Amino acid sequence: MLERLQELHDEAVVKVAEAQDLDSLQQVRISYLGKKGPITEVMKGMGKLSNEERPVVGAKANEVRQSVQKLIEEKERTLQQAAVQKQLAEESIDVTLPGRPVARGARHPLTSVVETIEDIFTGMGFQVAEGPEVETDYYNFESLNLPKHHPARDMQDTFFVTPDLLLRTQTSPVQTRTMEKHEGKGPVKIICPGKVYRRDEDDATHSHQFMQIEGLVVDKGIRMSDLKGMFEAFVKSYFGEDRKMRLRPSFFPFTEPSAELDVSCAMCGGEGCRTCKGTGWIEVLGSGMVHPNVLKMGGFDPEVYSGFAFGMGVERFAMLKYGIDDIRHFYTNDTRFLEQFIRE
Amino acid sequence: MLLSYKWLSEYVDLSGITPEKLAEELTLHGVEVDAVQELGAGITNLVVGRVVSCEQHPDADKLKVCQVDVGEEESVQIVCGAPNVAEGQSVAVARVGGRLPGGMKIKRAKLRGQVSEGMICSLQELGFEGKVVPKKYSEGIFVFPEEVVPGTDAKEPLGLDDTVLELDLTPNRSDCLSYLGAAYEAAAVLNRDVYMPEPRIVPAKDRTEEFVKVKVQADEWNPYYGATMIRGVQVSESPLWLQTALMASGVRPLNNVVDITNYVLLEYGQPLHAFDFDRFGSDEVVVRRAEQDEKMTTLDGEERTLSAEHLVITNGIRPTALAGVMGGADSEVESASENLLLESAYFKPETVRKAQKDLGIRSDSSIRFEKGVDPNRVASAGERAASLIQQLAGGVVLADPVEHDTLNRDELKLDVEADRINASLGTDMSAADMSAVLERLRFGVKEKKGTLHVTVPTRRQDISIEPDIVEEVARLYGYDHIPVTLPNTPSTKGGLTTAQKRKRRIRRFLEGAGMHEAVSYSLTTAQKEAHFRSEEDPRVSVSLPMSEDRSSLRTTLIPHLLEALSHNRNRNLYNVSLFELGSVFHTAETDVTKQPEEKTYLAGAFTGMWETHEWQGEKKPVDFYVVKGVVEGLLAELKADVSFEKAERRGLHPGRTASVIINNRPAGVIGQLHPETAKAFSLAETYVVELDLDALLQAEEKAVRYRPIPRYPAVDRDIALVVDQAVSAAELEGIITESGQPLLDRVHLFDLYEGEHIAPGKKSAAFSLRYLDREKTLTEEDVAAVHGKVLDALEKKAGAQLRQQ
Repeated sequence: MLERLQELHDEAVVKVAEAQDLDSLQQVRISYLGKKGPITEVMKGMGKLSNEERPVVGAKANEVRQSVQKLIEEKERTLQQAAVQKQLAEESIDVTLPGRPVARGARHPLTSVVETIEDIFTGMGFQVAEGPEVETDYYNFESLNLPKHHPARDMQDTFFVTPDLLLRTQTSPVQTRTMEKHEGKGPVKIICPGKVYRRDEDDATHSHQFMQIEGLVVDKGIRMSDLKGMFEAFVKSYFGEDRKMRLRPSFFPFTEPSAELDVSCAMCGGEGCRTCKGTGWIEVLGSGMVHPNVLKMGGFDPEVYSGFAFGMGVERFAMLKYGIDDIRHFYTNDTRFLEQFIRE
Repeated sequence: MLLSYKWLSEYVDLSGITPEKLAEELTLHGVEVDAVQELGAGITNLVVGRVVSCEQHPDADKLKVCQVDVGEEESVQIVCGAPNVAEGQSVAVARVGGRLPGGMKIKRAKLRGQVSEGMICSLQELGFEGKVVPKKYSEGIFVFPEEVVPGTDAKEPLGLDDTVLELDLTPNRSDCLSYLGAAYEAAAVLNRDVYMPEPRIVPAKDRTEEFVKVKVQADEWNPYYGATMIRGVQVSESPLWLQTALMASGVRPLNNVVDITNYVLLEYGQPLHAFDFDRFGSDEVVVRRAEQDEKMTTLDGEERTLSAEHLVITNGIRPTALAGVMGGADSEVESASENLLLESAYFKPETVRKAQKDLGIRSDSSIRFEKGVDPNRVASAGERAASLIQQLAGGVVLADPVEHDTLNRDELKLDVEADRINASLGTDMSAADMSAVLERLRFGVKEKKGTLHVTVPTRRQDISIEPDIVEEVARLYGYDHIPVTLPNTPSTKGGLTTAQKRKRRIRRFLEGAGMHEAVSYSLTTAQKEAHFRSEEDPRVSVSLPMSEDRSSLRTTLIPHLLEALSHNRNRNLYNVSLFELGSVFHTAETDVTKQPEEKTYLAGAFTGMWETHEWQGEKKPVDFYVVKGVVEGLLAELKADVSFEKAERRGLHPGRTASVIINNRPAGVIGQLHPETAKAFSLAETYVVELDLDALLQAEEKAVRYRPIPRYPAVDRDIALVVDQAVSAAELEGIITESGQPLLDRVHLFDLYEGEHIAPGKKSAAFSLRYLDREKTLTEEDVAAVHGKVLDALEKKAGAQLRQQ
């Protein structure tokens, strides 16, 4: 019987080795270790054995059984691993295929510039004020020290609706409207972004509609040096720490003294190049101390209060920032233009 | 204003100051120089030549063969094609090896067999703009009006050794519309002296008043009129220095008399006019308002129709000049003129401005009068011109101009405290420093106990109040020297209003949904909007539109968005969704008198595919529900309630349009473009939405309140209902919500089916209902009771049957 058991063992070893998948391995398990299997058969026949032989054969039978059991388990692990490997191999994909796109819309570059500037100024304690785009002659001109027939009205060609109503040519009327709301009491610290309109033929550098951001600070004891200080902070946050600025005398009817703000050219670092027409400077905005007539018409006593105001062109800022060469792009809404600003 | 550096240096010492340096200093102190142009740049080897002989080219009709003396032993042969070349002329010769502007190199050449060693030049070839070249020479070579030694460098006599500064003057600085004005400015900036011209007239014994009278009938517009008689003038070509001075300043030379009046206009900033007195038509100058519809022909040949707001110079009968704007054609100085009447007058800015605007003329004269000329220079400019005419045109100037004179020539006096200047600028200057700065501008200053008593010269008409003086001090002191400080104000709370923050949230949400933000023009046409509203509806139009396309203000954002879609489609960009957030303008008035109502609208336009992921076969075209989903999401973002009601709107598909109700108020529309409208905009299937945001932006902010997560399990029941097709999803949902109280927690439609297995005219709508009791675990009986009520209500109110499986 011992030979028989050894024979069975050797046979099982071969069968296990031959099993190529879990099913056939299971068959091997059943045929050798199952209740009707040959080892069990041998063990059933042990009753006929002598007392001396019985423990020997019993031990051998257990040994064979355990050995086969172990072999099957080992084989089973191997086969399971192979099955997993096979599944993984089958499930392999081309990771370079395009992913499912998540829609992303673009912020209009004018919005980007306005919001950036709003954030800088609100951080400095400014509020954002708005006003109507169809204005009265009074708010757009007269309250800004531009009486009827004033020569400086020629600087701005106006779309009139009636002799007294017009499309605002600047965001400055919001100055007077805001001052009126403050009823002669400072401080006033506002910026006013918005659309403005002028009778210009549309071309690469002119647009009959464009955007401005106006700024106004009114309080007791505001000095021109404060204007310079605030511009320094603004220039550094908007244009960058390394940019230099200078103020240059200019003229606006609603400010006096008036100044243009120049910022050192980013293209050449101030050396002079085509972008800055060789001057090393880029003109970025107009500003000045609020004219006493403007304070008066806004309800502030110019003997007590003073202030400064500034105005900038949003398109110009955007053109400088992104290198856009034609102002009409802002209003054409070509998606090949817009989608370049998705990350802004 | 074009400023010749050479000419300017007659009035102010510019030694050691290059034109570039001068430009920079002027710019930094308040007079912006736009460009610095070196005349004669790149020209080399240009000499004066004398045409010794001039023969017809043997083989070319239009060419002449000239022997030209260029100051060397032997003359050179030059073939010249100019029609006006002739023997005896002094001309400008570009010699072989020399260069002309633009880098053109002069080479020895053979023209039709004849050797040509150089080129006789026209002024255009030397870089002068055609519009300043004397008419006489505009089609040919330039001929020196006086003989110049052959071989002389021609750049100097032609004024090509000069540099021109182009001033970009702000409207307040009309004082710099003259060489003297610019000289005062340069002298102040450079801290140097100003040299005034000194007219020298040898007056005749005869007096002007013996020949002509002056009557001013409109003193309010003409407080000074001076007329000087000059007799026996020889009108001819001006000397070269005068011609080149004018050309450098952008003025075309004409004849000596006109050139002199132009020269003095540029020099003094005072416009003058010379009448041919023999053709003046009377011996009386009458200045009066024009009559309504009075006609006159100005010297540009145009007939002008005048009004009583225009001022005219007349001979007592008819206008001979439009005061301060332009002379009349019939008394214009011509080559045969002998006796002149020279006018030097002060015309008030308002009348000149009016004439200029009404008649659409801007002349060198009117642009100076409209800003106000220096009252103290009017008479002296007349004298200056008379002396030059005497000197250059050989006339006899009669003694004493005839004058009408009520002109106020007083200088303005202003008292300014030095402390106030410092307080306004943030500087720490002494009163003496301020005085010094003002004196550089030739302002009179006396300082007493910290107050500056300032006398403002009349040439500076722009100075009238204290801040003007502050500005003068600041700009000459230099803006660079003003310190840098920060406002000493109490701190203010900066930030955005709720409405402004909401606008940003709207933009962020729509960007996140994949829409690009568009910005379009506010000006549009009634016709474009007629797709969506009646053309008869009142709208806000501009009174003088620049084009039909931009003639009135938009009342809706949709048409321009559709144009943008169409623009993109024409460039093969088919899948586009855009939104715009902006103002529209509504009025109830047919004839607008009041400011229109400006409303903040949000519009979106969608066309093509909404989502595509092609290699996985996913393609989702835009449909009504895509747009609706975006709107619902947006309004959820803004914590607003929204519902939709079927509606019909002009321009939209009648079966696929809904009114959008926000917080219980109709606030917009959503729908598919009517196929006809789509066609009109050259678009395929397109959807739009437009919302009036005003109420929403102003709505009170709802705070988030946390609600405990339920501790008891919910029970879900799904039902499939068969109803008439006409019954809307919203109706069914409404019935379920109402009848499912108080246990119904939520309900949503999860399937909709029409077709096979469903009776015609019916549809199947499947809802998922969730019941929840926040206080206890629901029993089967609890749910059955309320669910039964729901089913009953559905059957009663909507005829809904449970679908049989």
